[in-house]
Amino acid sequence: MTEKEDKVLKIKTIKNGIVIDHIRQGKAPDVLKILGIDENFRDALTFAMNVPSRDLGRKDIVKVENRDIDTNEINKIAIIAPDATINIIKDYKVVRKEKVTLPEQIIGIIKCPNPQCITNKEREPITSVFVVKQVNPLILRCKYCEREISSGILTYIKAH
Amino acid sequence: MKWTKKHIISINDFSRDEIDFVLEKSGILEKKLSSSRTSSLMAGKILANLFFEPSTRTRMSFEAAMKRLGGITIGFDHPGISSEVKGETIADTVRIVSGYADVIVIRHPVEGSARLASEYSDVPIINGGDGANQHPTQTLLDLYTIKKEFKKIDGLDICIVGDLKYGRTVHSLTNSLENYDVRIRFISPQELRAPRQIVKSLSNRGIEVKETTKLNLKNSDVIYVTRIQKERFPDPQEYERVKGAFILNLNSLEGIRDNAIIMHPLPRVSEISTDIDSTKHARYFEQAKNGIPVRMALLCLVCDIKF
Repeated sequence: MTEKEDKVLKIKTIKNGIVIDHIRQGKAPDVLKILGIDENFRDALTFAMNVPSRDLGRKDIVKVENRDIDTNEINKIAIIAPDATINIIKDYKVVRKEKVTLPEQIIGIIKCPNPQCITNKEREPITSVFVVKQVNPLILRCKYCEREISSGILTYIKAH
Repeated sequence: MKWTKKHIISINDFSRDEIDFVLEKSGILEKKLSSSRTSSLMAGKILANLFFEPSTRTRMSFEAAMKRLGGITIGFDHPGISSEVKGETIADTVRIVSGYADVIVIRHPVEGSARLASEYSDVPIINGGDGANQHPTQTLLDLYTIKKEFKKIDGLDICIVGDLKYGRTVHSLTNSLENYDVRIRFISPQELRAPRQIVKSLSNRGIEVKETTKLNLKNSDVIYVTRIQKERFPDPQEYERVKGAFILNLNSLEGIRDNAIIMHPLPRVSEISTDIDSTKHARYFEQAKNGIPVRMALLCLVCDIKF
């Protein structure tokens, strides 16, 4: 069975919305959190975890009906799932396909966990900047206080 | 090598070539100092010392370095007299002072403050210590002391003793040693072991790292000692128990290599007994003195002064 057939069997196509594919195994719940999808979400949501993937070995997929996605959300997803592809679906057709890219510097998205970091001092004109030190597994380093984060990164992603 | 760095913020910004270049240039200025106590390389230039927290040695050392280069210094060494107490941001203070001076040294308790300062300054910024984060000129003078003694850094056995968990100088020194082919032995109480991230990073670079809680100084070329601070221990009794096991005295030097040197970023409290001061191994006072040529070299390099 090919990967494509496998996907068709397990996940129904959607009419309008987004399909986020090639999410690293186990990261689908984090992607839902970034999209702000919780128990109050009323549209159709499908997600699959641990699906066989040629490139990733195993992957997760998320499909959300009647939902768009903005650049800020795409940038956040790139941190959690740097291999992900975003498909925008209109009338059952993929009208836009975008591969997320993990930039060299992540600007204004992550709150530095170090309370002594200058980025956590309100008076200064400063935006948090994290430099990608290593991609897999991901290690980020604060440009200012040099604190490194490698696990639980989702908890440091700012809500807005 | 062509020097391109405008600011000195973190030792992690330095390549091995850049570190070696600073050490070589520091040597040139130390030789100059030994023949003539002053020079005019920085004549007419102004250094602003912005010390938002008290410091004696770092501030005086930069001041002495600038004055020996023929320059002058301005600034403050107590936050009470800076505009910060009136609510001014670091960014604004630095913008203003960069209009007064040719180079700025900043010490501030908030981590990352020096990097921020460099983004708002038209003139070079040198980090004189930003909280628990970085103190790059200390690391460079540590490396200079080692290289001056052994004429090399590669191939040395370096043992680092004391508070390896919180010690800023230890973290910066070990980060810089990743550039060299050394063997490192960490000696500390269990509670103050080096962060796993540091040990892993050294190992990834192929550096042999050993960790122990026993004060065994044998087979080391460099013995780098740091202070164990009482406030790191929730239980004062535990501190008293641990502290005693990491005090260097004449007995601890038994069997160490003949040419081994003992270093310490200072100030020391009781971790090196004073009877070691007169042994041939003590280098901590010379190490502090080496701060002058190293800081002279850095001031000249960032101000694009040829020497």
